[in-house]
Amino acid sequence: MSRTLHVPRDSAARSVGADDVAAAIVAAVAGRDDVALVRNGSRGLLWLEPLVEVSVDGGPRVAFGPVTPDDVASLLAAGLLDSDPAGVPNPLTEHPLHLGPTESIEWLASQNRLTFRRVGVVDPLSADEYLATGGMAGLRRALGMSPADVVAEVTASGLRGRGGAGFPAGVKWKTVAEAPADPASGDLKFICCNADEGDSGTFADRMMLEGDPFSTIEGMAIAAHAVGAREGYVYIRSEYPDAVATLTSAVEIAYARGWLGEDVLGAGLHFDLFVRVGAGAYICGEETSMLESLEGKRAVVRAKPPLPALEGLFGRPTVVNNLLTLATVPAVMSGGAQAYADLGVGRSRGTQVFQIAGNVARGGIVETAFGVTLGELVEGWGGGTASGRPVRAVQVGGPLGAYLPPSRFDLPMDYEAFAAAKAMVGHGGVVVFDDSVDMAKMARFAMHFCAEESCGKCTPCRIGAVRGVETIDRIRAGVDREANLALLDDLCTLMVDGSLCAMGGLTPMPVRSAVEHWPDDFHREPVDVTIDRHRPGGREPVGPQPRYVAASAASAQHSTPEEVAP
Amino acid sequence: MHPGTVSNGANGSPRARDPLAVDGGVDAVQVARSVVAAHRTDRGALLPILHGIQSALGCVPTEVVPVVAAELNLSRADVHGVVSFYSDFRREPAGRTVVALCRAEACQSVGADALAEDVEARLGVETGATRDDGAVTLNGVFCLGNCALGPAALVDGRLLGRVTADRVEALVRAAEVPA
Repeated sequence: MSRTLHVPRDSAARSVGADDVAAAIVAAVAGRDDVALVRNGSRGLLWLEPLVEVSVDGGPRVAFGPVTPDDVASLLAAGLLDSDPAGVPNPLTEHPLHLGPTESIEWLASQNRLTFRRVGVVDPLSADEYLATGGMAGLRRALGMSPADVVAEVTASGLRGRGGAGFPAGVKWKTVAEAPADPASGDLKFICCNADEGDSGTFADRMMLEGDPFSTIEGMAIAAHAVGAREGYVYIRSEYPDAVATLTSAVEIAYARGWLGEDVLGAGLHFDLFVRVGAGAYICGEETSMLESLEGKRAVVRAKPPLPALEGLFGRPTVVNNLLTLATVPAVMSGGAQAYADLGVGRSRGTQVFQIAGNVARGGIVETAFGVTLGELVEGWGGGTASGRPVRAVQVGGPLGAYLPPSRFDLPMDYEAFAAAKAMVGHGGVVVFDDSVDMAKMARFAMHFCAEESCGKCTPCRIGAVRGVETIDRIRAGVDREANLALLDDLCTLMVDGSLCAMGGLTPMPVRSAVEHWPDDFHREPVDVTIDRHRPGGREPVGPQPRYVAASAASAQHSTPEEVAP
Repeated sequence: MHPGTVSNGANGSPRARDPLAVDGGVDAVQVARSVVAAHRTDRGALLPILHGIQSALGCVPTEVVPVVAAELNLSRADVHGVVSFYSDFRREPAGRTVVALCRAEACQSVGADALAEDVEARLGVETGATRDDGAVTLNGVFCLGNCALGPAALVDGRLLGRVTADRVEALVRAAEVPA
């Protein structure tokens, strides 16, 4: 009888004690060669982390969780290393943390894991396990096809960019493939993978990199073959040190295996891959500023056109795709375009990796076909709030996405349906708030975040966000509320129409949605507010900070600003 | 070693830096030159170089800016502009323990703002600052990718979930006890 235990190495699992659990298990199995411990990625049932799995003789994996380091002793006493975890009732199957076979847990069984099919299942750095679970089949198939046929296949699958904009991946690839390269520069074209996952409420890129890094490498190699690129760059944010480390190791393994380098899979493809680390700038998630950053410059956005597909990294034709897009490509190529396109609704084909986060009872990764409703995600999988209080607001699509009330839980997760509801799917993050949230404060934060993270190139974003914070402060202080709400709406229009990129252009989305759905929060009892004259880069404030004393509630509608020295 | 070598992210502990640099007396200019040399063949290498310098020296000191500029054939303004644009790059070394608290929406929904106030009071340092005794730097960050297990924090490069002020305080204290 041989037994395998899985304890995740994903940083979310480690953030709640998985390393200590693994250490306790390692100490207990010392000297036994019939028990192996594997550090896998996370299954994405994050409220159950650390999730320990046990399988006997290659049988089904049985889950226990959440296992704290203190629980390990009782699990060992119940027979973690000796009893049958799935058999006739015994102390191990009766243990309070026993969850049954992992694949049968309804939360997971009801999903359609495609992009995430290996995450949490395999040892992320085992090349053999990658091959055994169908790895490299997509690249092998692609290398047997002409580049144009690969592009056509990706186009036919309906795969759209997962970064948020939802642009068809195949169309972008076709543009790059047909872009004239410059022979003087060695016909350079580039593949750039955007793993600058800065949106609050999103962690799929991180879990993908920590749980199945080879899929991204394979997807980028397929893209390289399709468009004729020789070099690829993965841009990962510095806030993800574990993802950087895992991918860096995976790249070394891939070179050693001949999955990267001068002759990929012996098929004559020359493709080199480089890992680059960001430096704490949210704006680098915007594709042109990411390219500037990769070139070693301030990450200031570029005006488009020219499209990066034609003049991208170092002015060369460049594919810029989100990590989830590229990590999905191997599945599209190995399973065929039709199988992928059969999933989803309308023009949103395939699956989306939703991330349920915030004040939620059962947070984690829910990968399912497009078309699932917001309510199914929040109340079905999510199980409502962690605090047990009613859900009041849900922000979908990151800091630039709209806040939606429970009355919109019928919305299907679909790019077009969300756009019609003045919201966006974005990168698939869903952040839940209970009824203690003050939506005027969240609207203020949206403007504050934009002011903090604006690259500074265009005025509507750079100045507009600062003015937005001040205007919302005045509204909260009860100063000329109706006039300032009108001003705020004007400002939002200006930012939408006049900003160069989505940072300034979409910041009004959460602000306006808060005003639209929770107008009462902008008419609460006035609060004293010290106007936070924005201090970019942590610089000292310039001059005195104006302070608004709350107008009395009765006169709030028509009071004049009362500005006093601090 | 394949060409895709990577430098450390900027959130690592200064404890983890190159042992050569710990005792001081290291010639920052020399370090900068050797880091630049290691990235000579990289395209657009300025960010990896700055990460490498910060990893070795704990910060990007002002005196290395003209050196890096000259080595890369850039103007000092170009290099200064990049150093000042990215919030990871520090002009002065951080405290012995670096605490980064997530202040983004998902963590706000589970009390990140109140936590930050509590941590500031207990550690005796404001967000964005290093305590006078050099023991701890407290930073605010927007998202650590642990949004279902918030509030999240990064202490010396180690991610923490469902973090409490007690836990942060204990880790900072433990780091001060000589091993």
